[in-house]
Amino acid sequence: MRLILDVWRQDDAASPGRFERYEVAEATPEMSLLELLDMLNAQLVTEGRDPIAFDHDCREGICGSCGVMIDGRPHGPVDSTPACLQRVRNYAAGDIVTIEPFRAGAFPVIRDLVVDRSSLDRIITAGGYISTATNAAPEALTLPVNKHQAEAAMDHAACIGCGACVAACPNGAAQLFAGAKVAHLAELPQGQVERYERVRSMVTTMEDMFGSCTNYGECVPACPAGIELDVIAHLNRDFRRAVIHERRGEQPRRDDVPWLARLRSGPWLQSDPDDRPTDDRDADA
Amino acid sequence: MSIDLDQRRAIGDEIHGAAPTGDVKTLWEEHLLNLRLVNPANRRKFKVIVVGTGLAGAGAASTLSELGYQVEAFTLHDAPRRAHSVAAQGGINAAKAYKADGDSVDRLFRDTVKGGDFRSREADVHRLAELSVRVIDHLTALGVPFAREYGGQIATRSFGGVQVSRTFYARGQTGQQLQLAGSQQLLKEVGAGRTTLHTRVEMLDLIVADGRAVGIVVRDMITGEIRPVTAHAVILATGGYGNVYFKSTLAKSSNVTATWRAHKRGALFGNPCFVQFHPTSLPLSNEWQSKTTLMSESLRNDGRVWVPKQPGDDRAPGDIPEQDRDYYLERMYPAFGNLAPRDISSRAAKLQLDAGKGVGPLRNGVYLDFADAIERLGRATMEERYGNLFELYIDATGEDPLTTPMRIAPGPHFVMGGLWTDYNQMSNVPGLFVGGEASFNYHGANRLGANSLLSASVDGWFVIPWTVADYLAPRLGTEVLGHDHPDVVAAVADARARVERLLAVGGTTAPDHYHKELGQLLTDHVGVERHAEGLAKGQDAIRELREDFWRNVRVVGHGAQLNQELERAGRLADYLELAELMALDALDRDESAGAHFRSEHQTSEGEAMRDDEHWTSGSAWATAGDDGRPVRHSEPLTFEAVPLATRSYK
Ligand SMILES: Cc1cc2nc3c(=O)[nH]c(=O)nc-3n(C[C@H](O)[C@H](O)[C@H](O)COP(=O)(O)OP(=O)(O)OC[C@H]3O[C@@H](n4cnc5c(N)ncnc54)[C@H](O)[C@@H]3O)c2cc1C
Ligand code: SF4
Ligand code: FES
Repeated sequence: MRLILDVWRQDDAASPGRFERYEVAEATPEMSLLELLDMLNAQLVTEGRDPIAFDHDCREGICGSCGVMIDGRPHGPVDSTPACLQRVRNYAAGDIVTIEPFRAGAFPVIRDLVVDRSSLDRIITAGGYISTATNAAPEALTLPVNKHQAEAAMDHAACIGCGACVAACPNGAAQLFAGAKVAHLAELPQGQVERYERVRSMVTTMEDMFGSCTNYGECVPACPAGIELDVIAHLNRDFRRAVIHERRGEQPRRDDVPWLARLRSGPWLQSDPDDRPTDDRDADA
Repeated sequence: MSIDLDQRRAIGDEIHGAAPTGDVKTLWEEHLLNLRLVNPANRRKFKVIVVGTGLAGAGAASTLSELGYQVEAFTLHDAPRRAHSVAAQGGINAAKAYKADGDSVDRLFRDTVKGGDFRSREADVHRLAELSVRVIDHLTALGVPFAREYGGQIATRSFGGVQVSRTFYARGQTGQQLQLAGSQQLLKEVGAGRTTLHTRVEMLDLIVADGRAVGIVVRDMITGEIRPVTAHAVILATGGYGNVYFKSTLAKSSNVTATWRAHKRGALFGNPCFVQFHPTSLPLSNEWQSKTTLMSESLRNDGRVWVPKQPGDDRAPGDIPEQDRDYYLERMYPAFGNLAPRDISSRAAKLQLDAGKGVGPLRNGVYLDFADAIERLGRATMEERYGNLFELYIDATGEDPLTTPMRIAPGPHFVMGGLWTDYNQMSNVPGLFVGGEASFNYHGANRLGANSLLSASVDGWFVIPWTVADYLAPRLGTEVLGHDHPDVVAAVADARARVERLLAVGGTTAPDHYHKELGQLLTDHVGVERHAEGLAKGQDAIRELREDFWRNVRVVGHGAQLNQELERAGRLADYLELAELMALDALDRDESAGAHFRSEHQTSEGEAMRDDEHWTSGSAWATAGDDGRPVRHSEPLTFEAVPLATRSYK
């Protein structure tokens, strides 16, 4: 079946972009929309033209690499489904499919449909983990976890880090993403020790880069991992508590640590070796 | 065509894995005592490169970083979380023995040695089983939401090829949860300023000076800049090369470049022909399908595999009565039935397909039927157990496994082969460590389900951080190489020249086209079943394809930008070389073992026949000398704790 594709082309972050129109003559219904791009790219390469750059990897909905706006919706026409699993069968012959990169201030375009989503990992870097050093863990059975809690933690942990929630949000907010991680770790007994410091640090880092959540709720249908709005309530609740703890002086601030300031201002991936924090353990050597 | 092996390869000296000898149960503990240590205050004086941030790489990088080493981690992905470990579904094995079913460290050890068809190193496998216990503790502490029983204990299930319940899982997304835990630890270290993470940076070459690994050459995938990074040691954790078949269960960016370039710089490549075909992949439905999706093997716990007894039976599955169905796994392997190991199940499926009993529109699958389990357990339980797998299947095929049996087929999935390493996970190039699927030492000729997340975790978190220290300790006071060192300059020039050469071919054919052709050649000649003549033919055809590639490939665009065609072409160029070695290794190994089934070597019942007298060994290949023949070294293997026996799943 014949489809018309309007695709965003942009050489690099600095260049202006534009839509270009292409035609694919023999799309088949069971193809994914990424396979449709493969087909178009094969055509372009045969003609000696630059193929369309797009991120993808697992092609089975788990790595979170893929992510483009299709007809104005993150990932495409079907709710809760990543681009790699959206199928051509949702289109009729002659339809126009518009494909452009995720649009969000925190996701600058790198080329064509490829955007830089490292701002999401900055949020994780600020606290989205449990600080247990290798070899320091107790026997796993000493931490029984209620089955329902484990299931709920798994629900939240399912986030694939694609950024569709941000792209869907009129404010470009990342609350669904951050909330999913906060809720996952807060649900488990292991996550309690750092619970409030974690959320405070993640939220303040997030607010430096992303817009503010005003509860539009557009993120939920766009989310391919089924993350629910309740994680945002969770995030807000824990953040409020963290602020109260801090006011009462119950919460040490990690802000004074130079790396955290650097993390906020970037370039976050580079760290200056001379500026490394001294490992306490070194002192006993 | 001549099969004369001696014209194709040369034989080198025996090599040894330097595994300590003695009682296998205490080897690792004793070995730890003998490993040299680096004083905590001195660790920051060492710089270690970790390539790959999958389960193995993230584990090694974060642990070394916690210990105080300067770590530089590299991934070609835009975020560490996206490494292909994220796609593992079924689970991770550990000898926790949480059930009263007779499991133990020794049993996991024995199952792994037997499962690998006696082609792995006993000492390494025992260590794997021992450390599995710590891995689960660690992952739990990191917040992996393992499935739980009502009492709060961690749940386990049994997985292909074993009779005990030792597989830990997080719904059907175990790999995702492990990978997230690993990458979060890595980002924690980035935040702490102890690790520098480089995303969208691809390793193009290894730098070797004075016989030691001293750095890597990388390309920034956004700017195209090619530059060296030097260090005291290099760890490769770059995953498996199964995607050489083009249609595999691996992610599209999976590649062999890092390990293959290291091989070209002197690292031996172990057992390249040992490839596992997963019996529960989705059958291909069209030419544009970009990969074969894996349906987790855990489905075989509750599904029954069958085909119609009559070839060409066109009836809908529901219309085929019991007496016209052949539940061939249950028939051929009554003790294990539908849980028979992967290699056996894949070959059994291929037999049915070859006999014309395939099902589905293209007759390229077999049924996996849940009707009995649904009756026994109810729909709700089935949905709870396999919900997301069923969704994946419905999405791909438009059919609901709760009402119509699934269709499955064998697909390339995992490589047991990889860079040769000694007991310390160090290659024969000092300073070059290898872990996870990129290495070769645990799984022999066939990997047990749920053992690979385990080996990646064990290598990354619990082995390499200890053994790297042993290598570094005596090197205290040495400086990393300057970028003006002639060996560094030469390696960078090589990498640049290679990229330019690819761009300059100026042919007419896209890299993907060659990749598909290569995949077909491998599937035909180096697939589920191999024989000498086909392998020789395959090897020659691969070489011709490679020559054609270098004459006619077209890489559009230029090198100083994000250029995905260039990335594909570069990885494919290495695959075209690796593939030839895979065929040669399969031709050379004149026996059947595990997943390597040579049709010349089978019993009267069609089972794999090992040749223990000549082939109780691993093959470690060195690159071709001037005469063009790769050199095969053999590592003799001994089996003391688990005596050699014929694998039987009858
Ligand atoms: C679909 C599927 C399901 C599976 N299910 C299971 C299961 O249930 N249980 C189980 O035990 N095993 C399973 N496996 C196998 C297992 O997932 C893998 O073997 C294992 O995760 C490999 O981990 P790794 O750390 O070695 O490599 P990977 O996770 O593949 O990581 C490789 C890393 O290397 C980087 N990289 C690669 N090349 C370069 C380069 N040239 N330059 C820079 N960076 C590079 C990548 O960016 C990535 O970070 C499954 C595999 C597949 C494909
Ligand atoms: S919350 Fe959903 S939409 Fe947002 S990053 Fe995670 S998976 Fe993607
Ligand atoms: S390509 Fe991995 S989620 Fe779409």
